[in-house]
Amino acid sequence: MRFKSKDLLGIEDLDSQDIELVLSTAGSLREVSEREIKKVPTLRGRTIINLFYEPSTRTRTSFEIAAKRMSADAVNISVSASSAVKGETIKDTAKNLEAMKPDCIVVRHSASGVPHMLADYLKCSVVNAGDGAHEHPSQALLDMFTVKEKKGTIKGLKLAIIGDIGHSRVARSNIYGFTKLGAEVVVAGPPTMMPPGIERLGCRATFSMEDAIADADVIMMLRIQLERQKESFFPTIREYSMLYGLDEAKLKMAKKDVLILHPGPLNRGVEISPAVADGPYSMILDQVTNGVAVRMAIFYLLLGAAKE
Amino acid sequence: MKSRLVMDEKGIERATARIAHEILERNRGTEGLVILGIPTRGYGIALRLQSIIEVIEGVRLPAGAVDATLYRDDLGIKKEQPFLKKMEIPIAIDGKTIVLVDDVLFTGRTIRAAMNALMDFGRPRSIQLAVLVDRGHRELPIKPDYVGKNIPTSLKEGVKVRLQEIDGSSEVSVIEKE
Repeated sequence: MRFKSKDLLGIEDLDSQDIELVLSTAGSLREVSEREIKKVPTLRGRTIINLFYEPSTRTRTSFEIAAKRMSADAVNISVSASSAVKGETIKDTAKNLEAMKPDCIVVRHSASGVPHMLADYLKCSVVNAGDGAHEHPSQALLDMFTVKEKKGTIKGLKLAIIGDIGHSRVARSNIYGFTKLGAEVVVAGPPTMMPPGIERLGCRATFSMEDAIADADVIMMLRIQLERQKESFFPTIREYSMLYGLDEAKLKMAKKDVLILHPGPLNRGVEISPAVADGPYSMILDQVTNGVAVRMAIFYLLLGAAKE
Repeated sequence: MKSRLVMDEKGIERATARIAHEILERNRGTEGLVILGIPTRGYGIALRLQSIIEVIEGVRLPAGAVDATLYRDDLGIKKEQPFLKKMEIPIAIDGKTIVLVDDVLFTGRTIRAAMNALMDFGRPRSIQLAVLVDRGHRELPIKPDYVGKNIPTSLKEGVKVRLQEIDGSSEVSVIEKE
């Protein structure tokens, strides 16, 4: 009942059984957050360090709350306050943190592969909280959990992922995850944001949002990274919004019981209209709630047993 | 692996029926009672007690499940962490009399963990313990209030409970390991 690996680096490395184990464990742990006393003693004495080289509110807070609800001690380090600004290498920072005997380091970095590198150097567990445009496994697991909870199963569903596929680690992790559980995944976005060869991950690619969302059971809208807009991936935000933004008119093309996911933070009126974001099909806040349970499950599975 | 049958379906039915009567006698009825079983088979027996009591008294008591896994004292010691099951506490337990149900009482460590779990949900008036089999070898000061059958065992033996609704057939057997 444990992962083959000491780390959670990406969905690519997991098989469908591993994924189902995380989802069912999260299903049991979700109830803890509904209690009056939102804490179980399971991971008493374990120390978890959140090492974030990129800004994050949701993910970092979610990992921190998950650790605390399991009774682990959580320490947060953000880059602006760390010695990285003094020129220390990532490896040295990690080695120094490990010298303080944590059981797990949760790391986010703008460069793909940083968590994998740290996992090789460190004896403690490493959890990838987002590495560059590569993977964001805990996000994909909470997305799968949210869909499975509402639909009963993932198998046979059609998932449409819309937006900046090229820069999206959320898209990559979800393509791996949903296809491993038997869903059909279609990605859509403007040609400038569609990486060539994305089909090799097991999905279908199209430039037409209408094509992607037709008869979709689940639509996942990705955040347009407005800070990248100076690189000119599309002419204007208004044009992007008209072609690839989800509004109530486009929503009608999907199945009647469609679920809308978004990893956040939202650009209201750009990739998603406020009416859809706050509408009855929106799972956006459920995703956040479920994120805590999924991360509790990750900690339980990585840290709940005796060390080797 | 030698196996010795100690209770069949009839025996389990008689024992649970007696426990149900004892619960009602001791608590003078059903007022304030909640039956909570420890998954998987303790929960199965809890549901059986619920329906027997409903037949006797005409009252359907709230019944649920207490998974003690998150409160175990051997997490971080065992090589593998156990699979988590569901916690289902049907109503607020403050001031209630909880009948905690398990299939086999052995070291008492699971019961300790389950009681700790319950305390996180509120402050019950009291907790009573009902078990189908007491096999001895307690490691903690825990004593059952209702026992289906006392079965003296050696530490080399294991006790296996099967229930029709979970395993397809009902029996209690003592298994000699190796």
